Amino acid sequence: MADEKQNGKRWVGASLPRKEESRLLRGLGKFADDIKLREMLYLRFVRSPYAHARIVSVDTSAAEALPGVACVLTGAEIAAQTQPFIEIGPGPAQNIKDYPLAVTRARYQGEPVAAVVADSAALADDAAELVQVEYEALDPVMDAEDALTDKSILHEGAATNQVWNGVWEFGDVEQAFRDAAYVVNIDRMHFHRFSSTPLENNVVIGQWDPKDEHIYYQCNNSFPSFAVQFLSSHLGVPIDRIRVQTADIGGSFGIKITSYPQMAVCALASKKAGGRPVKWVESRSEHMVSSAHGNERTFRKTRVALDRDGVITAIDSHHIDDCGAYPRYEPLGCVIWSQVFPGVYRFKNARIDFTQAVTNKCPVGPNRGYSRMQHLWFLERVVDICAHQIGIPADEMRLKNYVRPEEFPYLTPNGCIYDSGNYPKMLEVGKKLIGWDDWKAKQAAARAEGRLIGIGIGTTLDSGTNNFGQSQIVNPYAPFSGNSQGANCKLDIYGEVVVAVGSCPQGQGHETTAAQVVADVLGIHPDKITVRTGFDTERNVHTGFSGTYASQFAVSGLSAVHGAAQKLKAEMKRLAGHVLETTEDDLEFGSGEQGPEVRAKSTGKSINYWGLANIVNVNSAVLPEEMYDVTLNCRYVWRAPFKVPDKERKYGQLTLTYASQLHIAVMEVDRETFIPKILDYVAVDDCGTVINPPIVEGQVYGATAHGIGAALMESCVYDEVGNMLTSTFSDYIPITAVNMPKVKYGHVCTPSPHSYSGAKGMGEGGAAPIHTISAALQDALYASGVFIHDSFNNADSIFRVLAKKEGGQLAELVKLEKRAQANGATK
Amino acid sequence: MPETAMPETIEKISVTLKVNGKEYQRLVEPRMLLVEFLREELDLTGTHVGCDTTYCGACTVLMNGASVKSCTTFAVQADGAELLTVEGLAHNGELHPIQKAFGDAYGLQCGYCTPGLLISTYQLLEHNTSPNEKDIRKAIAGNTCRCTGYQNIFKAIQLAADNRKGA
Repeated sequence: MADEKQNGKRWVGASLPRKEESRLLRGLGKFADDIKLREMLYLRFVRSPYAHARIVSVDTSAAEALPGVACVLTGAEIAAQTQPFIEIGPGPAQNIKDYPLAVTRARYQGEPVAAVVADSAALADDAAELVQVEYEALDPVMDAEDALTDKSILHEGAATNQVWNGVWEFGDVEQAFRDAAYVVNIDRMHFHRFSSTPLENNVVIGQWDPKDEHIYYQCNNSFPSFAVQFLSSHLGVPIDRIRVQTADIGGSFGIKITSYPQMAVCALASKKAGGRPVKWVESRSEHMVSSAHGNERTFRKTRVALDRDGVITAIDSHHIDDCGAYPRYEPLGCVIWSQVFPGVYRFKNARIDFTQAVTNKCPVGPNRGYSRMQHLWFLERVVDICAHQIGIPADEMRLKNYVRPEEFPYLTPNGCIYDSGNYPKMLEVGKKLIGWDDWKAKQAAARAEGRLIGIGIGTTLDSGTNNFGQSQIVNPYAPFSGNSQGANCKLDIYGEVVVAVGSCPQGQGHETTAAQVVADVLGIHPDKITVRTGFDTERNVHTGFSGTYASQFAVSGLSAVHGAAQKLKAEMKRLAGHVLETTEDDLEFGSGEQGPEVRAKSTGKSINYWGLANIVNVNSAVLPEEMYDVTLNCRYVWRAPFKVPDKERKYGQLTLTYASQLHIAVMEVDRETFIPKILDYVAVDDCGTVINPPIVEGQVYGATAHGIGAALMESCVYDEVGNMLTSTFSDYIPITAVNMPKVKYGHVCTPSPHSYSGAKGMGEGGAAPIHTISAALQDALYASGVFIHDSFNNADSIFRVLAKKEGGQLAELVKLEKRAQANGATK
Repeated sequence: MPETAMPETIEKISVTLKVNGKEYQRLVEPRMLLVEFLREELDLTGTHVGCDTTYCGACTVLMNGASVKSCTTFAVQADGAELLTVEGLAHNGELHPIQKAFGDAYGLQCGYCTPGLLISTYQLLEHNTSPNEKDIRKAIAGNTCRCTGYQNIFKAIQLAADNRKGA
């Protein structure tokens, strides 16, 4: 394995083995469930079996009487001593009352109604069975469009199920439709609900310590600085008294951002139990029914204008997002999609009417590709079906409509700046890897035999490093804008180089990549650097944006690390210049016989890190007064250079970097079983300068598996009364080693001008496989009169559409108007 | 819903077993799962719980030479058995060749599924020294990984097999 610098020069860009492996491979990872504390209690939730019901009574007496039970908490008890959680949405959404346990009404199946705390997990299970809850069933609302009719209202205070509505309009949409050669009308498309289901469930250990009235958390929340803002106002405890620590996290993919309600219950239960620590370990079924799902979205009455060459000139559409029973992180998703408003395409005229509704389903939360993937899938379906309708080959259609390489940095109609990219080049690399012409020939031969083979392209974006000012587009009073990340770099007393970052990685290799960055600054081996990852509010490196989410560590995290390392280096230079009696220009950094050191080039004299640290920390009488500000302990906060967006126009720079992905799939639908099978698959990625190639490649594969799973196997299914039918892995079927095809990986690099290293945030991957598989299935089934109108397609759904003609009929859902202008295409 | 109160005490049963070469004896409730026994009684926290229903394999351990999902095995069923868990793979601090191969091939990200995958790989290579791609996929069909998309795990297992043959 390569344990060498890239080109013999730099650690950044080298395929350095991960520092994390030494503990993870031995089973010595430090996961939240591995922690046991003195006097620890165990918490179990009592959950609503109904999707929508009034809570008539909660009888906890039998549970409380069971020996070993410390206490039982109900929603009414919590409501009496706390404030509802912050609601981000404006207007009626401000009147939604969200408590961590249902108070008067349960609004989704699995919503926690009471919490039981006992000496052991098994006892807590027993006691939870003894809590008697009487319910009166109410009409469940299982569809966002139904919800908007307000026939059955979820939140009485809000008096409507609509959480948010806004219109994005740029250019001259109607003129573009008047001038169009082709107009394609699409009645309805639907992006399904799924979750990337991290393998480790949520875990919280919370203690409300009466000794100092602080709350201590050890948990696996993946955005703790967001969680503490919600917890502080809810619990009425100052933020500085809430300590959150995370260590190794077994995946999050965004889902663990929204574990703050359970964190609140653990603290309140601990308080009631006299300050004993309370541990809650979520079961898989609890995770499936009540942690968080990804946003479900319906696209209605879409109109697309194209010129006679097949260039899209305008899109007009209505998007309805389903956020489940409580908005929580929402309605931020109502604006986050607009980071990629035109996708990878050049059209300038567009009107998107966006609405979000509550329904009696599990609340949604950010899930890998959050809010952008739904929109990108929509755009890819639009481009793809228009190409089929007009009769333009899929690859040519993309090339006609892609933003061109020479147009970067590209200003989108809504004021976003795409930093860099080369989509035609990615298509070229992808076609070569898959053997495009060869597959085209095979496809033609197979079709002649009656086989259903399709080839699909998906081009997508992974926008990273958010401008939180976009929250003001959904609520002008939201007190958020910009983005920042903190890091600390120091020489400890014996000269050890120690780096701390405000991230909480879940497998992204931050310990390794941060060490690579610092190694280059100081000219030492990454093994000489200790990186403390995992979050700790008392480490004092975080900012209000710290956490690990939204494809940004390579930009925000590593920029902070780089800044802190440079600050340390500058201090080391000042000190070494004094000790070695030379100018700073004369100094060089490297490793000598006594380890890492700073040398005077002119005299050859050197001082090692121990020597420098010794003077500052334990030998400070030799430090001259003018250097009293040198601490060799340097905190640096990196800030993204954002402005507050124009709220009225919904216009501004919403993200800093745009990684791009181009996938190609070849698929076959079996004529007898209707099983869709992947015959060949290519993933081409461009995330600018790569810090550690195998780490990036690994995350591309991971995102690809999540996307393939979501496209073909994984769906959160509810029946008409709100029972979740996929509440175990055996029902949900996360993709396995048997289902996952071999992926051919390709790479293109267009360095970002917006980050110090040229790197772009990556990892979410834009859900490229969902777009790609939809396109490939469309290609396979177009001639059969099928419109791929849903992001989820398995043998069952294809059977219904293809054999039983239930829904998804092209002739019913898609209408092409060909105008006089279409005649005489230039090509 | 049960109308009657739970029995206040549940009779505990003695379990004696060997884990990673060391013998343990504990009194446990009959309902205690093997994975709980390993994690809570023996503090061997390398074996993880991911799904509770035998799907994901994060809890895979070797029991008398055969891999089992310890989340759906009762501790009492392991009475008298010999177990191997992830903590028993390294020898005198040196990584087992399978562990080394997973590291070299970047076969893990968050590391939560890794202990189970290492044990499944161990079981595979004990029975098949030259696995092909299909054998490898089949051997880890019961191990879910959410981070890697399996690609580097396939490479890691192939590498472990190749190294073993080369050794």
